[in-house]
Amino acid sequence: MKLLTGNDLKTGAVTWWTGRDWSIHIEDAVDVGEEGDAIGSAEEGARRVNGPVVIDAEATADGPRPAHIKHRIRALGPTVRPDLTLKPADPQAGNWVI
Amino acid sequence: MADALRFRTDTPADEPAVSLDSFLDQDDSASVRIEAGDDVRRLLPVLDRVRLVEVDFPRFRDGRGYSSARILRESGYTGEIKATGDVLVDELLFMRRCGFDSFAPDAPLDPDTVERLLTIYPHVYQHAADDAVPVWKLRHG
Amino acid sequence: MYRYDQYDQQIVDARVEEFRDQVKRRIAGHMTEDQFKPLRLKNGLYLQLHAYMLRIAIPYGTLNPAQVRMLAHVARTYDRGYAHFTTRQNMQFHWIKLEQVPDILADFAKVQLHAIQTSGESIRNISADQYAGAAADEIADPRPWAELLRQVTTFHPEFSYLPRKFKFAFTAAPGDRAAIRWHDVGLRLVRNDAGEDGFEVYAGGGMGRTPFIAELIRAFCPADRLFSYCQAILRVWNRHARRDNIHKQRMKILVHDLGVEEFTRQVEEEFAHIATLGNDPPRAEFDRIAAYFAPPPFETGLSDEIDRSDPDFALWVDRQTAAHKAPGYAIANISLKAIGGIGGDITADQMDVVADLAERYSFGETRVTHAQNVVLPHVRKADLYAVWQALVAAGLADVNLDLVTDIIACPGLDYCSLANARSIPVAQKIARRFADLERQQDLGELKIKISGCINACGHHHAGHIGILGVDRKGTENYQLLLGGSGAEDTTLAKITGPGFDEDGVVDAVEKAIETYRGLRTDGERFLDTYRRVGMEPFKEAIYG
Repeated sequence: MKLLTGNDLKTGAVTWWTGRDWSIHIEDAVDVGEEGDAIGSAEEGARRVNGPVVIDAEATADGPRPAHIKHRIRALGPTVRPDLTLKPADPQAGNWVI
Repeated sequence: MADALRFRTDTPADEPAVSLDSFLDQDDSASVRIEAGDDVRRLLPVLDRVRLVEVDFPRFRDGRGYSSARILRESGYTGEIKATGDVLVDELLFMRRCGFDSFAPDAPLDPDTVERLLTIYPHVYQHAADDAVPVWKLRHG
Repeated sequence: MYRYDQYDQQIVDARVEEFRDQVKRRIAGHMTEDQFKPLRLKNGLYLQLHAYMLRIAIPYGTLNPAQVRMLAHVARTYDRGYAHFTTRQNMQFHWIKLEQVPDILADFAKVQLHAIQTSGESIRNISADQYAGAAADEIADPRPWAELLRQVTTFHPEFSYLPRKFKFAFTAAPGDRAAIRWHDVGLRLVRNDAGEDGFEVYAGGGMGRTPFIAELIRAFCPADRLFSYCQAILRVWNRHARRDNIHKQRMKILVHDLGVEEFTRQVEEEFAHIATLGNDPPRAEFDRIAAYFAPPPFETGLSDEIDRSDPDFALWVDRQTAAHKAPGYAIANISLKAIGGIGGDITADQMDVVADLAERYSFGETRVTHAQNVVLPHVRKADLYAVWQALVAAGLADVNLDLVTDIIACPGLDYCSLANARSIPVAQKIARRFADLERQQDLGELKIKISGCINACGHHHAGHIGILGVDRKGTENYQLLLGGSGAEDTTLAKITGPGFDEDGVVDAVEKAIETYRGLRTDGERFLDTYRRVGMEPFKEAIYG
C-alpha cells in the first residue's frame, strides 16, 4: 500500500493522510493508491501539510507499517526516548519500528 | 511597480543589455548583461562607457551576483546595476547594500513588504557599497 | 565575556522581527516552502523527523548564567524539557513549533542569544578552543578576535548566499582543542618576533562526503587585517565555486580543484585589493571588545593542594580537570556522556545546576565543547569538591573525559531527516560494553566518533575510531574507520572494510581495541599504535 505523509506546517508534527484529513496517528492512514501526489500537491497548496511525500507501507492487523525504517521512526518517535513517543505508556509500542 | 524598484533619479537606459562578450566586441553599446558565471572584472577596463549593468540571478540561491556588484562599485562604477531573474523580496536589502540600485524580478514583489524589509535593520556591522555606517564606526566616531 | 551594546541589541531584535515577518508570510501562503527554507535555515530552523528543530548559536562556546537559564527556560516552555549540544558549540531544540519560533527568539534576544546563521549557506557560528582564556598553553585569549569576526560577518551582504555553509574556528594554543583544520578556515593566533599578533590561516578543511584537512595558506596574517583577509577568501570562493552540484560546492572542493598554491595566489591577489578599501575595524574596536574578555579577578596566593581523601572525587579530579593559567585554579569538565545516556543531551534542571555552579564557582562562565561536553573554566581548586558534590547530585559527575565512552555522536536517524542510520543506540551499546572505569582508564585517550550519515556531523573522519551509518537496502549498516584525529596531529580516518550491523560494529570496535591492547608499547595511545603498526593487524583481528 501507499501512504501520504508530511509535517504540519505550523507545528511540524508528523501527519498522515486519512482520506479526508491529517492525523498524527499512522493507524488512521489510508492507502492512497496512485492519488498520493495529486492529494499531496493540493494539500500543500492549501498549507494543510508541509513536504508531503508518498511512501510504501504494508497493511497489518495493527495498522499500516512503513517499509522504510526512517518512516517507522517518524511514525512513533525516537527509539532512544520511549517517553517522548506517541505511546509513552506502552513499552512494547516500539517493537515494530526496528 | 517598476518605479518603486528603481532607486535612481537619472533617466533609465533604454537600449537592451547585451552579453559581456558582445559588449566587449562592440563599442556602441552602453548596457551589458552579466550572467552569474561571468567574470565581471573583464568589464573594468571599459567601465567609462557603461550606463547599465544587468546582473542575472538564475536561481535566488546563486549568490555570485552579489560579488559582481561589489566589484563594480569598488572599481568606482556609479551607473545603474539592475538585478534580474529570480530575485526575492527578502534578498533586496543585501542587494541594495552590495550596490544594486534597480530590480527587475521575474515575479512581482509586494511594495509594502519591500519597504518594510529595506528599513528593518537600524544598523549594520560592516562597510558595503551603500552609505550605511558600520557600528564600529559609530562606536568610535 | 562580551556584552551587547545598544547596536548589537538592536540588530538582534530586528532579526527577531524580520523572522516574525517571514514566518507570518509563510503561514499566510505568501511564500512557498522552497522560498522559505533558506530563510528559516539562515535562522537555524530545520524541519526534522518529528518536528522543527531550532539551533541556537553559542559564539566561541561561551555562555553566562542568564543565558544557560534561558536555554533551560526554552527547553521547559517550548520544548520537552531538554536540549542537545552539537559538535559545533551550538544548542539544538528538537521539538519546536514554527508558530512559536518568533517568541522563542524574542526570549533568547533578552539574554543576547540568537540563531543567526546557524544553518544554511552562510557563515556559521564561529567556534573556538573551549579553554580559551583559561588554558595554560595559549598565548592569548583568541575570543576577542572571534567576536570581532562574528560581528563583521553577521548579515554580510556579499556573503549571505554562499555556495555552501562556511565555518571558522579559532585557537591560540599549540594543542588544538577546536579541530581547526577540519574547518573551512582555521585560525591560530600567533605572535611574531616583533611581538605583534597575527594568525596562521588554514583553508579548505571540512568533513562530509569528501573530507579534506585544511592547509596552511598564510603563516602570518596581521590581526588587524583579519577581516579583509577572510573577505578575500570568501570572495574567491563565492565567485569561483561550482554552483551546479551541491556536493561539490564547499570551499574545500575549490581549494582541491585549484590546488592550494593557485587558490592562495587568488586569495592574495584579492586581499591586495580588499585591504585598500578601509573595511577593517580599527584597533580601538578590538580593544573595546577585548576589555570584555579581561581575565576575571583571580585570587592570588591560593594553594594548589587538593584534598583527595574521597576516592571517587579523586578519580573525577584526575580525569575531568585541566591545567589553568592562574595558580590555585583549575578547568573543570562536566561530562554529558553518562553510560547509557544520550551524549550531548542535557535537561533543563541540569542546565539550571550548571548555571548556578558557574555563577558561584566560575566567575559566571560556562563553556561548551565540540565534543558535546560542558566546561566550568575558572574554578578554585579549593572549590572543586563542592562543585563535584553538586554534579553528583545532578547526575553530571561521570568520569570519562577523552576516554572510550566519551563518544561524539550526531542525533542520527532518531531525530534527523538527513540520517541513514541511528547513531545514539550504537554509542550507548559501546558505552555499556566499556562501562568499567578501570578498563576505560587502562585504554587511555580513545576518541570514538559516530555519524548517522555521510554529512559527518558526528566527526567520524576525525575519530581514533570512527563509525559511519549507511542505508543498505533499507537497513542500518555501519562502516568502521580507524586513525582519524581532530587534534593538532590532524589525520583522516580510513575505512577498515565491509560494514556491520549494529551489534557487529560494537563487536568490531572491541576487537580493534583489544588488538591495540595486545600491540601497544608503554604510554602508547590507540592512535599512536595504529599509526605505528598500520591498518593490517586491526583488519585481521576484525575480519580474519
